[in-house]
Amino acid sequence: MNAKMLNRVLSVVTPALLLLAWEVASRTQIIDFRFFSAPSAIFKEFVVMLESGELLKHTLISLQRIFIGFTIGTVSGVVIGLAVGLIPAVSAALKPIIDATFPIPKVGLLPLVIIIFGLGEASKYAIIAIGVVYLVIINTVSGVRHIERIYLDVGRNYHASRLMMFTDVALPGALPMIIAGMKISMGVSLILIVSAESLAAKSGIGYLIWTTWQVFEVEKMYVGLFMAAVLGACLTALLDWLERVMIPWKRV
Amino acid sequence: MVEPKLRLRDLNRRFMLRDRAVDALAGISLDVAPGEFLSIVGPSGCGKTTMLRIVAGLETATSGTVEIMREPGSTRPLNAMVFQQESVFPWKNVRDNAAFGLKARGFGKRERYEMVQPILDKVGLRGFEDALPHQLSGGMKQRVAIARAFANDPEIMLMDEPFAALDEQTKLILQAELLRIWEESRKTVMYVTHSIDEAITLSDRVLVMSARPGRVKEIIDIKSAFPRPRDIAAVKSSPKYGEFFGRIWSLLRDEVMAASLVSA
Repeated sequence: MNAKMLNRVLSVVTPALLLLAWEVASRTQIIDFRFFSAPSAIFKEFVVMLESGELLKHTLISLQRIFIGFTIGTVSGVVIGLAVGLIPAVSAALKPIIDATFPIPKVGLLPLVIIIFGLGEASKYAIIAIGVVYLVIINTVSGVRHIERIYLDVGRNYHASRLMMFTDVALPGALPMIIAGMKISMGVSLILIVSAESLAAKSGIGYLIWTTWQVFEVEKMYVGLFMAAVLGACLTALLDWLERVMIPWKRV
Repeated sequence: MVEPKLRLRDLNRRFMLRDRAVDALAGISLDVAPGEFLSIVGPSGCGKTTMLRIVAGLETATSGTVEIMREPGSTRPLNAMVFQQESVFPWKNVRDNAAFGLKARGFGKRERYEMVQPILDKVGLRGFEDALPHQLSGGMKQRVAIARAFANDPEIMLMDEPFAALDEQTKLILQAELLRIWEESRKTVMYVTHSIDEAITLSDRVLVMSARPGRVKEIIDIKSAFPRPRDIAAVKSSPKYGEFFGRIWSLLRDEVMAASLVSA
């Protein structure tokens, strides 16, 4: 067996062994089964929740919140980022504010966001949009500033209008960095939605994880954690696909 | 004497390096006739590219004037530059790259695609209109850059060592194609190169520049010896080619030595 095949086998066998060890340890009560339910019990619960539609309901509402908040954050981040990157006056006006507020952990803004936007859906969109917008702005600015000079020279030599410099040169030129920013933002979005839903919501994956824990339905909590992982993997795959479609010239 | 197409008068360019003033160009005065193909050779760092970028409006002269004459009533752009580096946009396909200047001038999509097709055919890009640059060879990408410049139909064409990054065979083919396209359009061309060979085979006149600060050292007339249309192979096998080469090289040699002493 060559090294490559061995690695492939290891990458399947190791998680399987861990699951098996967990199963055995839980059943033989080496670990406390009230907190660490056996994988088989969790899977059973997963099927029940899937059939009742409960799981789908929570997943879809979380997905919707992420989608709306992420879109708002990305679109405004790209627009602001292009302006900051291309127009010195905008940069002078906005850059200090952005730099000063960026390090604030966005989870810490949840109380404020809830006061401003209420307990409804708007506060969920807002907290995700806030988390996303910073990363997208910073990456867009950096993308614009690192566009090769030659492309800007061509734009100037052909007297491209400011709008065309935005749409035909700066935006596509910064696109690889913008999408990299979106990928990082997606991870942040998941953290924020789960936090927001466990704090103030009546639905969603985060709500599911937190409430089931509080009422000691541990299997359901694990199903919630599992779904969060699945959601994250799917959204990452979606962005990878988007990257391939949007920037074919960077494909290796 | 016909009215020149391009008139440079006492062009100076000084830039600051730390707190030291460096003169890149000193007192360049030059007339380029309409339809003329003028090459500029000179040692590295003599300001050839700077001069071209000033004419292109990408840099400003410290003093002196650049005048590009427009035919009365013409709305054509003053210049279009073909750069040495890869300058086609990787995110635009061949057709949209070639039509970039036309888009900047406000032509609608259908109109500019129609305008750009003949020039794409001429530079051998038919069938590649929808390709993205990363799917093309270096020579093909430079064809796109040339098509983009010609498609914009400028008063004068500025070319900054457009074939310098290409391999020898590709370069020969593209030189011949450039001559063919140019002979049809008779654009006024300013062509910067470090290749004496290229300067002789392509140009009507060759301007030899001095080492920094760049001055006009001598302008050599090629056209009277090699009339148009030209066959590159015939030009190169002619005894006059050797004479020109020797003369330009003897002018250039001293300057190259001077330049290497300065930079050492």
